[in-house]
Amino acid sequence: MTERAVRLGRRVSRSARPHMSALRKRETKAGYAFLVPWLIGFFGLTLGPMLMSLYLAFTRYDLFSPPQWVGFANFVRLFTADKVFLRSASVTLQYVAFGTPIKLMAALAVALMLNRIRRGSGFFRSAFYAPSLIGASVSIAIVWRAMFSTNGPVDTALSFFGINIGGWVGKVNLAVPMMILLGVWQFGAPMVIFLAGLKQIPQELYEAAEMDGAGVVAQFRHVTVPMLSGVIFFNLLLEIVHAFQVFGSVFIISNGTGSPGGRLNFITLYLYKRGFADGQMGYASAIAWLVVVVVAVIAAVLFKSSGRWVHYYGEDR
Amino acid sequence: MSLHTLGRKRPQASRRKLARRGIGSVILWAVLSLSTLVVLYPLVWLVAASFKPSSEFGRNNGLLAWQPTLANFVKVWGGIAGIPLSTFLVNSTLVACAAVVGILVSSSLAAYAFARVSFKGSKIFFAAMIATLFVPVHVLIIPQYVIFNWTGLVDTYVPLLLGKLLAVEAFFVFLMVQFIRNIPRDLDEAARIDGAGHPRIFWSIIVPLMRPAFITSGIFAFIWTWNDFFAPLIYLTSPEKYTMPVALRLFNDATSTSDYGATVAASFIALLPVLGFFLFFQRLLIQGVATQGLKG
Repeated sequence: MTERAVRLGRRVSRSARPHMSALRKRETKAGYAFLVPWLIGFFGLTLGPMLMSLYLAFTRYDLFSPPQWVGFANFVRLFTADKVFLRSASVTLQYVAFGTPIKLMAALAVALMLNRIRRGSGFFRSAFYAPSLIGASVSIAIVWRAMFSTNGPVDTALSFFGINIGGWVGKVNLAVPMMILLGVWQFGAPMVIFLAGLKQIPQELYEAAEMDGAGVVAQFRHVTVPMLSGVIFFNLLLEIVHAFQVFGSVFIISNGTGSPGGRLNFITLYLYKRGFADGQMGYASAIAWLVVVVVAVIAAVLFKSSGRWVHYYGEDR
Repeated sequence: MSLHTLGRKRPQASRRKLARRGIGSVILWAVLSLSTLVVLYPLVWLVAASFKPSSEFGRNNGLLAWQPTLANFVKVWGGIAGIPLSTFLVNSTLVACAAVVGILVSSSLAAYAFARVSFKGSKIFFAAMIATLFVPVHVLIIPQYVIFNWTGLVDTYVPLLLGKLLAVEAFFVFLMVQFIRNIPRDLDEAARIDGAGHPRIFWSIIVPLMRPAFITSGIFAFIWTWNDFFAPLIYLTSPEKYTMPVALRLFNDATSTSDYGATVAASFIALLPVLGFFLFFQRLLIQGVATQGLKG
């Protein structure tokens, strides 16, 4: 259909070129007129600042005196002399590497369940979605700390099953898991996206698979996962980017310190402390660009591999 | 429907399958109900705990208060650091409402350009817009602060709102693009034949039809701005300008040890508008999230 439209367009444009180009010019003018606010925002608040931050990453800058070019000194210091940064990078990567897959698996599992039941799925969907809307708020950070404090609900529940580990707050080894659970608790948003994707899978595919004798597991592997791969890819990328940005909850739970033992000093909190508490804007920018590079590498690997595992329905591969 | 057609072909197999599915859905229901309880527990806890007297925290580990009281709310209403709670609520409401207006105006303009105008460069800019969804905020925080510091706008609401007026959040532009693409083009064509230009088509045809998209975007814009902690934390320095989340942090620091009940009650109040919007508009919000993940 698109091919025909293109051919049609070509024929029209050949026969009436002068008219078309005038129209095109008018369209272009109108397009940019509508785009003015977005363009200012894009260049002034996104692209421009990104480049500025790239420059600042190679300087020493405290807001008061002009930036001083220091070459790669900030990056060298980050990797060789800054133990706090290495700890921060390590806990953040742990959070992303474990939290994101667990969250997405929970989202997919619940979406599959909701897709199977006929009655009540609307209620469950809403109930599961609610945490995504409030999970990053200061209120929930305060609640989360209470949930995991000594004699709090989690401690009480675990004690009931004979697991007496006490409160999680302030424990070095349980700080990151506690944050991962806060992330997983917000599985509702990717779940909703999965559910929309599941609804688009043609029922005939399952019927055909069933005719061929495929069981539930085989249907999941050979129909659901390939048909959903585009949505999985999108969710994975978006959730990874979001996971790197966690700030409010670690700030509130650790009272802005990142303790215990730097385990809640997630990279965004560390950047904030360096930039805004210590006034090291250049150094903080270097941290920011490391995050960009890491995210870009992850995205590139995902994109590169996506040719192998992401399928689009109706496309010959 | 699939069950129905299958049933006509192989009645025996389908009856067995139906029975199996019946048991299956009972188990599914049980699992889902249990998960709902777990997922909603923190919220239930928050509501219940805000009625506990401060003296019960640490002693009463049950969900419900032994002696329910409104004392926490009374205490919180008095405010913190000499500033009444209503100030923070008014600040938050003003900022969030201004953000909603800014986002709706700027994002719908951009969305119309992407969805309905075929101009040179539209593909590149559309790709750039989608790419901004994946830019980590880290690279923007410092330079934006430097810029606002230069221009003397720190400790005003401008840094919190300028981006909203300039459609910086791609989520909203994308959501509206998807929506406009689904509006039949016949309406535009008819108007164009009558001699209407893009501004006319946008204003008298597209905007009235975009109501659902405006409601969804507006609620998301309100909730996200209301909950935002980072921007007010770095840009607002005078406490009387604080929005709710930063004020809540003040509560949390100042009173968490001595008056925990007040902190919990303040947390509950801060969530109330969000929960209210959610209860009334949940279907629209969920639809909005769902369209985000689908290719357009």
